[in-house]
Amino acid sequence: MNQALSDIEKGKPFIELREVTKIYGTGAARMAALGGVSFTIYQGEFVAVMGPSGSGKSTCMNILGCLDTPTDGEYRFCGVEVGRLSRNQRALLRRHYLGFVFQGFNLLNRTSALENVELPLVYRSEPRRRRHARAREALAQVGLTGWEHHTPGELSGGQQQRVAIARAIVTEPLVLLADEPTGNLDSARSEEIMELLTSFNRDHGITIVMVTHEADMAAYAGRTIHFKDGLIEHDRNHKEQA
Amino acid sequence: MLTNAFILALRELRRNKMRSFLTMLGIIIGVAAVISLVTIGGGATRQVTDQISSLGSNLMMVMPGRRMGPGQGGGGAPFKLADAEAIAREIPSIRAVAPTSASAVTAIYANENWSTTVTGTTDRYFDVSNLKIEEGRGFAAPEIRSGAAVCIIGATVRENLFGRQNPIGSKIRLNKLSCEIIGLLESKGQSSMGSDQDDTVIIPLRTFQRRISGKTDVNVIRLSVKDGVSTDKMKKEIGYLMRERRHLSDAEEDDFSVMDMKEISTMLTGTTKVLTGLLGAVAAVSLLVGGIGIMNIMMVSVTERTREIGTRLAIGALEREVLLQFLVEALVLSSVGGLIGIALALIAALAVSGLLQVPFILNVPIILESFLFSGAIGIVFGFFPARKAAMLNPIEALRHE
Repeated sequence: MNQALSDIEKGKPFIELREVTKIYGTGAARMAALGGVSFTIYQGEFVAVMGPSGSGKSTCMNILGCLDTPTDGEYRFCGVEVGRLSRNQRALLRRHYLGFVFQGFNLLNRTSALENVELPLVYRSEPRRRRHARAREALAQVGLTGWEHHTPGELSGGQQQRVAIARAIVTEPLVLLADEPTGNLDSARSEEIMELLTSFNRDHGITIVMVTHEADMAAYAGRTIHFKDGLIEHDRNHKEQA
Repeated sequence: MLTNAFILALRELRRNKMRSFLTMLGIIIGVAAVISLVTIGGGATRQVTDQISSLGSNLMMVMPGRRMGPGQGGGGAPFKLADAEAIAREIPSIRAVAPTSASAVTAIYANENWSTTVTGTTDRYFDVSNLKIEEGRGFAAPEIRSGAAVCIIGATVRENLFGRQNPIGSKIRLNKLSCEIIGLLESKGQSSMGSDQDDTVIIPLRTFQRRISGKTDVNVIRLSVKDGVSTDKMKKEIGYLMRERRHLSDAEEDDFSVMDMKEISTMLTGTTKVLTGLLGAVAAVSLLVGGIGIMNIMMVSVTERTREIGTRLAIGALEREVLLQFLVEALVLSSVGGLIGIALALIAALAVSGLLQVPFILNVPIILESFLFSGAIGIVFGFFPARKAAMLNPIEALRHE
């Protein structure tokens, strides 16, 4: 699996969904959250996922993030079929190739920014010195040099989300999955966060898939996928239109 | 992976110092209780054995009358000096024999008077009873033979009659007998039975018989056996000799008794040992309760940290890493609690042993056992919460409020 993933080249299709369905419950309570979704995301894209609540976009994100598996259909990540992987194999896949940014930041409270950013490196068994150096570097990249030893309680919402972004990119992931990263922030802070995400996409070639409610935020992305009732309503590439 | 688990667990415990401390409290108290009770109990047992061995561990007593209870006797003709001499002469495994007769008297010196016990005996008494003369001298052979008016006194008598003065050479009155103090006994303190071993006056047996009791009786024959000789065998031999001397027919029961200090010793230490074991067991139950406390807090902690666990799982933590983290947290909590408990127990045991004047004996095995036991408790009671954390569904955990 690792060998296959390390051979990835930029521009290749490496997120491929084919007729993916996700069904919750059984019998009368049976509910299809995704009713057969197909799309491909290429290396280096910045994709916004939109849609009303209950449209299946969160379910789709969970599947993309290897947190969940499709009921039916196929999800290939770099050619690997995720549905066939065990819980632990998917955890390793997340550890090595994915980064997550959440709406609620999900930082460990009473823990310094540095230690928060270090967390994924601890799971990767990086030696202490390298861990520190890389975490500092990541914090510098999100403009938080000098805030390393502050705990989330001492940071503003925007700063907390930057720490969370630093935590997501410190492992140099292939894909960054952001679930309403600006949902808890005011518009000025939101713009800063979006600038930051755009720069990581542009300068480091990190593929970004971002769920958002706001069209302003989706505008930063090169492509928008709209969900409705468990299906894709439309899939637009802004750059091509422009 | 284990080092990672330790890093994560230690960070977590540092993050919640107060909660960590409260969780540890049960283990701290449990371990402290077990170790301090066992240590103090061990000290008390040691004290009893020490005191008994200070009486002379090979000591035996022969008393007239059948034994009715510890130290009590009734009936039977009293011994004479000749009986003691016969034992010394005819039983080779005996180291020393001291015939003794005792009586309560009031000792008077100047304006002071003090009620005490006077014992008439020979110079072998000091050997048999493990007494030492601190100042002055013991009885000379002619003094014993002739029944001279000389005495050796214990520290309590000296304090009450003479205060800080040197008593040697002074004369005290014991009833009608005026006798010169020639020696002072080394203090032995309280006996295990609670009597003051220093509250005594010793005079030659002959002096006692003539001037105090007016009879030629000997109440108790004390004797000490050579090392390595079985006291049971001694009992039999002394029994045969005494039956012969007292002309008892085969049909008659002994009208005297032979007491073995080892019997009393095991009986007395047995009691403290049983008591120590019992208290230790009660304390061990509290350790178990402490373990349940850890499980309780860990369960609460897992629920409270559901989102955090979700984050960790999303970042790529494996099930076994989360399991290990929580297990190590429980282990660190319980074993650090154990260490603090050990420290507290040692301080408490030192203080109590100082207060009760019981020797402080470091019981290393029980300290190690308690430490390992507290660690084991952490693992056993931490396992269930840890498993609960590891089995969480990351999606639901992330959504948890």
